[in-house]
Amino acid sequence: MTKDECKQVVLDIIADIAPDEDLSNVKPEVRLRDQLQLDSMDFLDIVMELRKRHSIEVPEADYQHLASLDSCAEYLTPKFIALAAKG
Amino acid sequence: MKPARIVITGIGLTAPNGNSLAEFRQNLLHGIAGIERMEIRYMGTQLAGVCHYDPLKYQKKKELRVGTRAGSISIYCAREALADSGVNFETLPKDRVGIYIGCTEHGNVETENEIYNISKFNYDTKFWSHYHNPRTVANNPAGETSLNLGITGPAYTIGAACAAGNMGLIHAAQMLRLGEVDFALCGGISESIHTFGIFAGFKSQNALAQHADPHKASRPFDKARNGIVISEGGCLYTLERLEEAQARGAKIYAEIAGYHVNSDASDYVLPNPTRQAECIRAAITRAGLKPSDIHIVNTHATATPLGDIQECEAIRAVFGEGCPDTYINNTKGYIGHCMGAAGALELAGNLPSFNDLTVHPSINVDDLDPACALPGLVLNQPRTVAKVDTILNNSFGMLGINSALIVKRFAA
Repeated sequence: MTKDECKQVVLDIIADIAPDEDLSNVKPEVRLRDQLQLDSMDFLDIVMELRKRHSIEVPEADYQHLASLDSCAEYLTPKFIALAAKG
Repeated sequence: MKPARIVITGIGLTAPNGNSLAEFRQNLLHGIAGIERMEIRYMGTQLAGVCHYDPLKYQKKKELRVGTRAGSISIYCAREALADSGVNFETLPKDRVGIYIGCTEHGNVETENEIYNISKFNYDTKFWSHYHNPRTVANNPAGETSLNLGITGPAYTIGAACAAGNMGLIHAAQMLRLGEVDFALCGGISESIHTFGIFAGFKSQNALAQHADPHKASRPFDKARNGIVISEGGCLYTLERLEEAQARGAKIYAEIAGYHVNSDASDYVLPNPTRQAECIRAAITRAGLKPSDIHIVNTHATATPLGDIQECEAIRAVFGEGCPDTYINNTKGYIGHCMGAAGALELAGNLPSFNDLTVHPSINVDDLDPACALPGLVLNQPRTVAKVDTILNNSFGMLGINSALIVKRFAA
């Protein structure tokens, strides 16, 4: 998985949990909470959907890495790659 | 000191056969029911009363995703009632508004959904939703309404089984009289068709209606009645003290004349006609009326073989043969049993009688059960009558809670 593909995975989840938001111009380097109406429960949704859809676990201590699309990609892409390697 | 007079100034509703009072009333006068077939988890196709209001009229998609069906029904009804009341909501002090919503139960839908959800993950509870608690707390429907409207006064639900719709109104009247609030949104709601448990429970009780034609399935007082059609719905009213309602020039649908609530203390599910009769009599006494002064009695009868007979026994005990101006009807033949919304919806369906002097009929009575043959029963066709100044609304529930609410034509 590439970082861009990883960003799309996160965007797909956000599209479901924040269906009123326009996601066509999300800036990857800007904190998601600074450009979208997302609260702490929504971030728990992102964590839950990563678990449900992709078997990716994000421990509470690592929630900070979900702040922006760029930081999501940095943090999650190795996890996706490791998961794929496991088969 | 005489208690403050309390009046109904706005109505918002969604029923299986209408999403406004005008549409609902028209269908009640034209015999149009709203029962359909619905797929219920684990149980296949069942008959149910489904509401078809537009949830996006007052909520964003995200609110609908996070919130509950009960919350959504409440918000729709509250917003519709406020609009109907004509109150200037912008200037209404939000900390002086109370929200009192009757519920039969709340939380079963969400709990069932979560158990089903984790069943897809080998029952691993780490997949259990973080929204479960805010969705299932008993105050959820009222709380979601307070969030949606920015109301900061008391907002809570009243659990009273199928008497809950009446209880919402009664409780609001009490809070207005106590001066706890200056404006109330009150009534009852139910989302129960979204839980399989209620269907399975009534089926196990042999109390779930069956019929080839969904619209004929709910048939209170008919000899061939065979149980309840489970429905969702909601009806919220705006209630105000008369003085404030008149000061703002509000239209007034009716005045709360009297009410009573009591308990059978005799069985989990079987009604007790003696206690029901006591409840009705006490409400009439509180209203300063005699049984013969009541012009419409809207019954609770749910179309169970025994329950209908027992309510008729209670009505017969109170009204006997000496009330020639008392007419009796039932609304569940059209909409099934809307549970926590039943009392509030059924009262609303009768309020226009003050203006059109027409009593909507009980429908689906092809063969009247002789045990239910009350004098004044209005069957299958609407009846125009000489006078409608008072309406008594019965709502009874499991664990033996009884409520009777009387409203009267407003006269200054």
